[in-house]
Amino acid sequence: MKRVYPNKDFCIGCHICELACLTAHSKSKDLILAYTVERNEEGLSSCKHVHEGGPTCVALSCRHCDEPSCVAACISGALQKDPESGRTIYDREKCVGCWSCLMACPFGAIARHPLENKIVKCDLCHDRPGGPACVAACPNMALKQEERS
Amino acid sequence: MTYVIIGNGVSSIGAIEGIRRHDQKGKIVVIGAEDAAAYGRPLISYLLAGKIGADRLALRGDDYYTKNGVDLKLGTTVTKVDAAKKTVETDKGETIAYDKLLVATGGIPFVPPIPGVQGADIYSFTTLAHANTLIDLSKSIKRAIVIGGGLIGLKAAESLFDRGVAVTIVELAPRILSAGFDEKAGKLAANRLKNVGIEVNCGVTAKEIQRDKNGRVKGVLLTDGRFLESDVVVVAIGVVPHSAIAKEAGIKVERGIIVDAKLMTSAKDVYAAGDVAQAIDQLSGEHRVVPIWPNAYNQGYGAGRNMAGAKLPYAGGLPMNSISFYGLPTISVGVVNPPEGDTTYEVHALLNEEKETYRKLVFRDGRLVGYVLVGDIDKAGMYTAFIKFEMQLDGKAKDKLINAGPEVFLWPAELFDEKWNPEMSKAAR
Ligand SMILES: Cc1cc2nc3c(=O)[nH]c(=O)nc-3n(C[C@H](O)[C@H](O)[C@H](O)COP(=O)(O)OP(=O)(O)OC[C@H]3O[C@@H](n4cnc5c(N)ncnc54)[C@H](O)[C@@H]3O)c2cc1C
Ligand code: SF4
Ligand code: SF4
Repeated sequence: MKRVYPNKDFCIGCHICELACLTAHSKSKDLILAYTVERNEEGLSSCKHVHEGGPTCVALSCRHCDEPSCVAACISGALQKDPESGRTIYDREKCVGCWSCLMACPFGAIARHPLENKIVKCDLCHDRPGGPACVAACPNMALKQEERS
Repeated sequence: MTYVIIGNGVSSIGAIEGIRRHDQKGKIVVIGAEDAAAYGRPLISYLLAGKIGADRLALRGDDYYTKNGVDLKLGTTVTKVDAAKKTVETDKGETIAYDKLLVATGGIPFVPPIPGVQGADIYSFTTLAHANTLIDLSKSIKRAIVIGGGLIGLKAAESLFDRGVAVTIVELAPRILSAGFDEKAGKLAANRLKNVGIEVNCGVTAKEIQRDKNGRVKGVLLTDGRFLESDVVVVAIGVVPHSAIAKEAGIKVERGIIVDAKLMTSAKDVYAAGDVAQAIDQLSGEHRVVPIWPNAYNQGYGAGRNMAGAKLPYAGGLPMNSISFYGLPTISVGVVNPPEGDTTYEVHALLNEEKETYRKLVFRDGRLVGYVLVGDIDKAGMYTAFIKFEMQLDGKAKDKLINAGPEVFLWPAELFDEKWNPEMSKAAR
């Protein structure tokens, strides 16, 4: 499957991917409204997080693992592997907010929703025509979506 | 190829998914004693608490079994395994032949021999049927005593309380959740329960369950001499491996069914997984029964793959628990209570009683081997990485982990590339 691969040698820590993620997952699809209104009122948050270690930066999110620890840990079936697409999919309705996945994922790819007992996790922008918004937005090709085995 | 799976819990789901990774054609038969399709067993406490409806219990979609070509026999109990003839017999009088068999029968509630424990008004809390019974019961009872301050006991107590029942917890150990918590974490959690109105008694246990002349429960006499009135008693001390059919088949059983690196039992082509299995533990390398959900899925998955011929060793289990107490989240992973006086361990603990936060890190030989987080749990997974990938930390990295928290830049560069940017690492070599 095509996954998003981060390159820490190219990342300049500009956080544009986070903003693109925020916008892509907003209702308004408008950066300013997403950031000023939806983020504050609805707890809209980015699935992508830029990690900074001194001069080095890298933007990370769910790897859509082949054998995901989060799926093994999920007590409700909200997290499952989609056999067709290979994505690790999340069903918000089923989730009970037990944080088992957050504990089990060794990639720190799961965050608590700021307002509700739900999680926030990358969905690979599966219904976005142009593919993942973060990849499209990165000005320095530090994020690549491609097939590697 | 016919795969037969005994039990329809999460290890069985793991096994179906593991088998189907390698074999799309073989026939899978799942035989489950309970009436429902596999459900989130831990969700029974959410159901009892009234937080979710019965429609949210199923672990997979309606078409899951059909899609995966599974012949599902519910409400059916396997009564005998014949490992020589490679057949199982059911209580419905059927004999089913297998090429590969998985025993995923889970655990059964442990009921200690307390005087008065046999008879009416004593309940367990491990199945959907138990939850439904307690939901009905909660309408007519006023007081309940829960024996056991472990995960299941606390969940039973909390959800009965949410149904309007006055609840008292009785725990023999000096603190609740004694396996995954230390004193400080236990106290923070116990305070949360006490503040909402659940009574928590640690360091005592039931000496006798007293009954009236009709045989109904009156209350419980404690080891410290107190008598607590109660309408019912929920015995929730934990579960023991449900291994009887394996034992009777001559399969090697210690505390649980012994399995090898590929999760096969002492009988050829018979595998075991989940709460019934005594499988390898990643950190200690010992075979242990660790009855937790992620291990059950992973062992089922690993067994399924090997049953389908993958020849892949099981990576080993890691004890982990995530449990919230009325909005106070807690997580514990790995070794959290190192043996007292063992100086090979190094512990760093940070408590803030006012903010109700606690963090404990346990190191051994330059590696993180366990942690507890209370309140602020957001970085849990990043801590888990250091344990799971057994990262060796030099002094500086360890100090950073302790002082600034876990960060992906503390990972060895090769591990980072392997996990996050796989092709890069090949090119670099
Ligand atoms: C209230 C509660 C809360 C929990 N919360 C958590 C939690 O938050 N986190 C966590 O990690 N763990 C939790 N657990 C533990 C977790 O649910 C178990 O570790 C897990 O369910 C084990 O899965 P399993 O498939 O091995 O066995 P089970 O889920 O026990 O399934 C085994 C199935 O096999 C059936 N069976 C047994 N014998 C036969 C037979 N002879 N023939 C046919 N069928 C048979 C049983 O009826 C059962 O349906 C909780 C448990 C309970 C009870
Ligand atoms: S959440 Fe974590 S464990 Fe699950 S698929 Fe994503 S990276 Fe893997
Ligand atoms: S928080 Fe939600 S998605 Fe995560 S393990 Fe719990 S139920 Fe599953």
